[in-house]
Amino acid sequence: MRQSISRRRALQGAAALGGLAAPMLNTVTAYSQSSAFNWQRFKGQAIEIVMETGPRADLVKKHQKEFEEKTGIKVGLEIIPEQQARQKTTIELNSGKPAFDLFNIAYHVQKRQIEKAKWLFDITPWTKDPQMTPAEYEFGDISKPGWDYATQSDGKITSLPMFVDYFMIYINKELFAKKGLQPPKTMDEMMDAAAKLNDPANGIAGYVGRGLRNANVPLYTQYLSGWGQQTTKGDPPELITDTPDAIAAAEYYKKILTSYAPQGVTGFNWNECQGLFMQGRAAIWLDGIGFAPPAEDKTKSRVVGKVGYILPPAGPKAHHSVFFGGGAAIPNASAKKEAAYMAALWMTGREMTSRMLQTGGGVPFRSEPLKDPKVLSGLTIPKEWADCAAGCAPISMPGLPVIVPVTQFRDTIGTALTNMLGGADPAAELKRATAEFKPILEKSEQG
Amino acid sequence: MAGADISGGMTSRASGDARLRPYLGFIWPALIVCTAVIIFPWLFTVWMSLNDWHIGSERAFVGWANYANLATDRRFLESIGHTFYFTILAVFLPLVLGTMAALVFHKKFRGRGFFRALFIMPMMATPVAVSLVWTMMFHPQLGVLNYLLSLVGLPPSQWVFATSTVIPSLILVEIWLWTPFVMIIVLGGLASLPTEPYEAALIDGASQWQMFWKITYPLVLPFLVVAMIIRTIDALKAFETIWVITNGGPGTASETLNVYLYAQAFAYNQVGTASAVVVVFFAIIVALSLVLLWARQKAKWS
Repeated sequence: MRQSISRRRALQGAAALGGLAAPMLNTVTAYSQSSAFNWQRFKGQAIEIVMETGPRADLVKKHQKEFEEKTGIKVGLEIIPEQQARQKTTIELNSGKPAFDLFNIAYHVQKRQIEKAKWLFDITPWTKDPQMTPAEYEFGDISKPGWDYATQSDGKITSLPMFVDYFMIYINKELFAKKGLQPPKTMDEMMDAAAKLNDPANGIAGYVGRGLRNANVPLYTQYLSGWGQQTTKGDPPELITDTPDAIAAAEYYKKILTSYAPQGVTGFNWNECQGLFMQGRAAIWLDGIGFAPPAEDKTKSRVVGKVGYILPPAGPKAHHSVFFGGGAAIPNASAKKEAAYMAALWMTGREMTSRMLQTGGGVPFRSEPLKDPKVLSGLTIPKEWADCAAGCAPISMPGLPVIVPVTQFRDTIGTALTNMLGGADPAAELKRATAEFKPILEKSEQG
Repeated sequence: MAGADISGGMTSRASGDARLRPYLGFIWPALIVCTAVIIFPWLFTVWMSLNDWHIGSERAFVGWANYANLATDRRFLESIGHTFYFTILAVFLPLVLGTMAALVFHKKFRGRGFFRALFIMPMMATPVAVSLVWTMMFHPQLGVLNYLLSLVGLPPSQWVFATSTVIPSLILVEIWLWTPFVMIIVLGGLASLPTEPYEAALIDGASQWQMFWKITYPLVLPFLVVAMIIRTIDALKAFETIWVITNGGPGTASETLNVYLYAQAFAYNQVGTASAVVVVFFAIIVALSLVLLWARQKAKWS
């Protein structure tokens, strides 16, 4: 107690000094007169935010007024579909004059490119400054993968982690019960279950997953994680997609999708899979964690209340759930970095991420919301889902390599995977794709 | 710079012709606009194609390296093949079907105006919307096309979801979309034909086929060539339908030059490589145009 009082005194003293010096300094430093964190500190400013279409953006839009009242900062929010948003932010950042002050960075796609280009503002000092970051933000609650994503290779923190996307299994409990099957715990069990549940004559697929080029790579890396491997290793990253384990994982991918998935799965992205699953026409679906809300929505889904949310299956060598994620980042070129940082704190803070969890719109990199009974009681989807999310965290492994040409990587490996579904040999396809992509990766690391 | 040189040359040559001089100033607006919107972007693209430029990293001059890489890039070479495969089918089939439709709609029958209007409808639809509708129809489980096949006892097809059938399936959409266009052009040609040769042929006892092959076809040929030129340009440029329906897939089985170009420029941010693709694409288009112009010359009524 005594200590904390004396610390406050000391801070007051410091603030008083700051107050004396204030008239000589610019307006921003003038705010340091108040010692404690104050949401209203950057009142009157207006910022522009770009977000990708989706539950996170919807949430920000819904509660935007609340933030504006809390801080006095006006927010212009632009919501654009994922692909276009990434193109737009890249091109505008490259132009040197982005029209936004805050945007949501997709770590698994943009991280390396953006850090190599040095487009982001270094927020490291602010994260340690009690006047810029309130104690209630609880930095310690954000998991290590979150900080790994937010920290650049040069050690600077340039974004605040917002949400993590794990891969998991959705099962149709009704179909499982009919055959008297238990939810699969291993990849072999999943293959068996898919075989037993597959009933094409009645329009039921035993299994469904992404086959579409590019989109299929995360599904493959999920299988690959069962062999305890990622797609690259070391720094600078070296491509290891033609190892015996990588080929074994590809053979699994080919077998389960060509044997137990519906025809035309080569063209399936998550939305086709989702459509099939929600119509009750697929027994097992392995994909990202964000699809619970539509599956539990009576107006869209025929499997409401019948969905089981379970951990991805363990592989022969390891048990992981691959993850992807996003955060909030401020461009170096922004003129309103302080106000943008306030918005970033709010978007990634405890309150907003708890709301995100409650609506099933995403899982925070934080662990407290997943344990907080108050948050969990407000869930709009089954608690089993939140349990599954909590279970994925300790076994998580990055789903995509942190490299510049992520899209090209996904296209090249994805084409190989799609070709396998068309009958090509996994070993030959992976060797070819690896040879094709290796020079591209090496070049990107030089530049 | 270039403009100054040209005007310099002009004045020295025009020195004998003093009458021209007052008007030379009027060239400037057109010259500036042309340079700004056509010549400069073009030269810039060529320049970019000689550089290695990935958005987010430094630009470096690499000479012909981008082109050398393209020459060995399997995906690029395949995309040229896909482009030609697609273009040939997407030009030829609508031409044949459009001509047949024009011959039918040239005849007088009840409700001709109504059916003509109906037939032209696809052309008025937006390609993106049309593509979305076809995407649903192609769906192997939920699509109507496989249902129709099952009605006549045929096995289901994978349509755009299998490597071997994807381009022919896309051609179906192109045919549906563009046959009316060919029909309109040919119909216009048919309407302009004289009736005397037919009367003479009838007196001579010619059959319907002979009249078509010996009279209608040669007379309508110039119109067909015009339709062919326009269709070829359109088919080479085709992007929306392919992008919306298959995204160039499965794998890269329907990736045409346009789709490849888009991926390089906007998905991989490889501005240099993309520019090189543009230059190659441009060369192909110029070569094709020359062939088509030559064909048009040949097809003229003489």
